[in-house]
Amino acid sequence: MKTDINTIRNLAHLARLEFNETKEQEMLSDLNKILNWMEQLNELNTDNVEPLIHMSEEVNVMREDFAKNTVTHEEALRNAPKKDSDYFRVPKVME
Amino acid sequence: MRYRSLRAIRTDIAAGNTSCSDLVRFYLQNIQDNAHLNAFLEVFADEALTQAEAVDAKIRNGSAGKLAGMVIGLKDVLAYKDHTLQSSSQILNGFKSLFTGTAVQRLLNEDAIIIGRQNCDEFAMGASNENSSFGNVLNAADNSKVPGGSSGGSAVAVQADLCFASIGSDTGGSVRQPAAFCGVVGLKPTYSRISRYGLVAYASSFDQIGTLTHSVEDAALLLEVMAGADEFDSTASQREVPAYSQHLEVSGKKKIGYIKDTLESPGLQPEVKAAMENAIEALKAEGHTVEAVDFPYLAYMVPTYYILTTAEASSNLSRFDGVKYGHRSEQATDLNSLYKKSRAEGFGEEVQRRIMLGTFVLSASYYDAYYTKAQKVRRLIKEKTDELLSRFDFLILPTAPTTAFSIGENAKDPLAMYLADIFTVQASLAGVPAISVPAGTDATNLPIGLQLIGRSFEEQELFAFSKYLTDNILVST
Repeated sequence: MKTDINTIRNLAHLARLEFNETKEQEMLSDLNKILNWMEQLNELNTDNVEPLIHMSEEVNVMREDFAKNTVTHEEALRNAPKKDSDYFRVPKVME
Repeated sequence: MRYRSLRAIRTDIAAGNTSCSDLVRFYLQNIQDNAHLNAFLEVFADEALTQAEAVDAKIRNGSAGKLAGMVIGLKDVLAYKDHTLQSSSQILNGFKSLFTGTAVQRLLNEDAIIIGRQNCDEFAMGASNENSSFGNVLNAADNSKVPGGSSGGSAVAVQADLCFASIGSDTGGSVRQPAAFCGVVGLKPTYSRISRYGLVAYASSFDQIGTLTHSVEDAALLLEVMAGADEFDSTASQREVPAYSQHLEVSGKKKIGYIKDTLESPGLQPEVKAAMENAIEALKAEGHTVEAVDFPYLAYMVPTYYILTTAEASSNLSRFDGVKYGHRSEQATDLNSLYKKSRAEGFGEEVQRRIMLGTFVLSASYYDAYYTKAQKVRRLIKEKTDELLSRFDFLILPTAPTTAFSIGENAKDPLAMYLADIFTVQASLAGVPAISVPAGTDATNLPIGLQLIGRSFEEQELFAFSKYLTDNILVST
């Protein structure tokens, strides 16, 4: 048992998701099963192994730093589900 | 009209037997006649016909690009300016791309014709195309079977002649496994060979654009066009791109290794095993050296892959928030509930499961035990794979343990589905190129695929040898 229902609720909050009670239970059972399976990795000794982090051999690919307008204001707002002429709209944040 | 190589198309165009416009009309008709396969989410019929007329004119005046005559479909993870891009997800409802990604732009620059947008697993997460919010894609060889995934629509489109070639993406096998299930050629190039600018991100240390074609030669040509440095993707390799399609002859005898345990694995379908054994014998008979090797990490590859990819996915998919684009919940009362409800309504079940897993393995108390551990095991797997590739020219292995399985067969068990990736994740974990080629069919006429893995950035040798394998070895087995 890696997780319990409270862990699932906390993870859901961190991931900005929400589940009803049935889905919560399913997620709990799936995660426990999958995490147990992932723990097979503990059979391998990795004491002196450095984690592999970067897969590309390219290091610090640089470019000139100059200002360039790649997307217009109008384009940036084009796909927004709710907007006004200048901004993305979200529900009221300050009471 | 059922062309198997661009060379044949160009010959027929030159002889006046066909034209790009004829080809587009042929594919449009096939798409319509095979709508039940659900391979395309959107067809750009008028646009493709207009493009075709323009390319035909260029061919006539001798100014046509390398891909003139190629009618291509795009997996719904590739950005194409002013066209819908949805990753088969409801969370991107209504989204139209503001730009064309580098790989797609390079195809257009060489006069490829884009015919439509193809169904796939949501955010490229799946091995059966059963995770699309637009419904299952059916395998054209048997409609009760899955096409594989995640580039399922792209593979079926080539299999059923709905377009000539498809561009997909491969994170852990998403081009190669559906190619095997559908009897076509699937290529995943070396990590960083093709710019990902304009590819929807799933797991960034794995994601690569790949191709689905009838022939190895056309895979080589497509890679040659799409690969190379890109000012919009600093992770893309700066290495020169060879003219792969011009050098497809094999010289001399090769050394090929196969991992002993792949043939002993209990889930391996007997006909897939037989295809491997036949290929090994035929290669030996032709004077190549084929040796069994030990690879101690076979069982650890899929868990390593899922720890790392879910972690990366949970981070990459945080951008979908119901604010800037895509689905926005009507039920939201405050900012947090806007995020949560939009994401809960917009993402499908498998995507949410992977985000949850990724959030878990990245959480402070478990980070070292899962995420760092998997990064260490990834190094072991990569080093061992590179070591094998220093002793052998290629590794050969099945693309998938079975032929296409039935729709619904693995749908209720995420772990069973994850294990469909067992033979494809090695090249993804190690970042090396791999190609799946058709190798006959099983007793029920479902295609079998065999996979070759090559050395980093040695696609040239991989293409040449897989063409040789296809033309000389697999035909006789």
